[in-house]
Amino acid sequence: MVKSFGQFLLFMQSMLVRKERFAVLWKRTIDECVTIGVNSIFIVAIVSAFIGAVTCVQIAYNLVNPLIPKSTIGYMVREMTILELAPTITSIVLAGKVGSSIAGGLGTMRITEQVSALEVMGINSASYLVLPRILAAIFMFPLLVVLAMALSIIGGYLAGSLTGSISGQEYIEGIRSDFIPYNIVFALIKSVVFAFLVSAISAFKGYFTEGGALEVGTASTTAVNNSIIAILIADFVLAAVLL
Amino acid sequence: MIEIHNIEKSFDGNPILKGISCTFETGKCNLLLGGSGTGKSVLLQCVVGLMQPDLGSITFDGTVFSNNKVQVRQEIRRKIGMLFQGSALFDSMTVAKNVEFPLQMLTPEMSREERRDRVEFCLKRVGLENAGEKMPSEISGGMKKRVGIARAIAPNCTYLFCDEPNSGLDPLTSLKIDELIQEITYEYNITTVIITHDMNSVVEIGDHIIFLYKGLKLWDGTKDEILNAQVPELKEFIFSSSLVRAAKRIDDETHSGLVKP
Repeated sequence: MVKSFGQFLLFMQSMLVRKERFAVLWKRTIDECVTIGVNSIFIVAIVSAFIGAVTCVQIAYNLVNPLIPKSTIGYMVREMTILELAPTITSIVLAGKVGSSIAGGLGTMRITEQVSALEVMGINSASYLVLPRILAAIFMFPLLVVLAMALSIIGGYLAGSLTGSISGQEYIEGIRSDFIPYNIVFALIKSVVFAFLVSAISAFKGYFTEGGALEVGTASTTAVNNSIIAILIADFVLAAVLL
Repeated sequence: MIEIHNIEKSFDGNPILKGISCTFETGKCNLLLGGSGTGKSVLLQCVVGLMQPDLGSITFDGTVFSNNKVQVRQEIRRKIGMLFQGSALFDSMTVAKNVEFPLQMLTPEMSREERRDRVEFCLKRVGLENAGEKMPSEISGGMKKRVGIARAIAPNCTYLFCDEPNSGLDPLTSLKIDELIQEITYEYNITTVIITHDMNSVVEIGDHIIFLYKGLKLWDGTKDEILNAQVPELKEFIFSSSLVRAAKRIDDETHSGLVKP
């Protein structure tokens, strides 16, 4: 465990020394933004819209006290979405999609000697392959989280209106009440931290894959598992420190 | 010229290379010959810098490579071209992009047109002028090796390393790849090092052969000398080849008069 962590730190350091030219890094980062961000929009949209919808319906189901105004449902959907569901669930979904893709891609490159080919050419493979992925994740995760927040709230609105649990006016009244802008900042900080954890852990697992196709699969699975655990621990630590 | 002096390498206390010293000469095809597990690949990885030897030194044309500053190592590495056993082509890029890649990364001063011309020249040199737009998954094993060679020579490499260039190829394609490597070596006067256990390659292109056995260099010489080498391990290795056995049988029979010339 300690040895692995030390190896991880050295890996991060190796990525930052002998960096490639800015133009190369920029182009690679933009390419990775498409892979990590744009290609994840669909799954993030589906998951967040349904989570918002289910949250709204379940809160309405539990909220039976006639003394509590129905607009509370909108308020609770907003708070849950912004504080927890959008950043954390989106990051967990992305850990599965992006994390396995990063680990699998790098693992395959390693076992087919493509990483060695870069090294022989005198290119810092960690900087060329990993740094753009981490930068792209750090840039794209917050955007996806913002999208997830919006779609969750819209999902809740549609679910509440369609099932008759809450009227549209009450829902909007709820989501506008007692809004704390810092919660958005907190969610974005979380998404940046989660982005780093998912991309760095997955890259680390993929980059050091040894063996064959079976080990690439194992590296992908381990990358997803470790990323999710790291997200949950970081979620708790950030909540304790920043709230 | 590449000089290797007293290289030692162990894994978990298990010695793989036991003090190997040898020279890879410029303008020649230097073959590292030996059976599986004799340390050929480990030696090659030490030479190209993918692995750090425990002891010993490696010198490229008088410049020490091992244990030198990162900048010096980088400079030497940029003169190295390598053909990997599995070709190691970047599977997300077309054949032309694969060949262009080292130019893009190592010679940013080159214009787009110059790069395109160089890619066209290299692909033509290996006989793949019409395959530039294909993806690596769409070409055969032999073509992949050719692309690997084109990529290696694209940035005007001074040293060419080939890790088992014939593995997985039919005899005719193997011969063509061997001939191509030899032609390129002579044409550009580069130092070529080839790992092989294929006796056909030894006979065809072995200008300078180094025989490794259990992490030791047991013999070195030319292809003309190898059949008369008096090293039991080498003799055993050579005559395990059915081609060499058949050639020897015919030779024996011819000399004994059983087969009339």
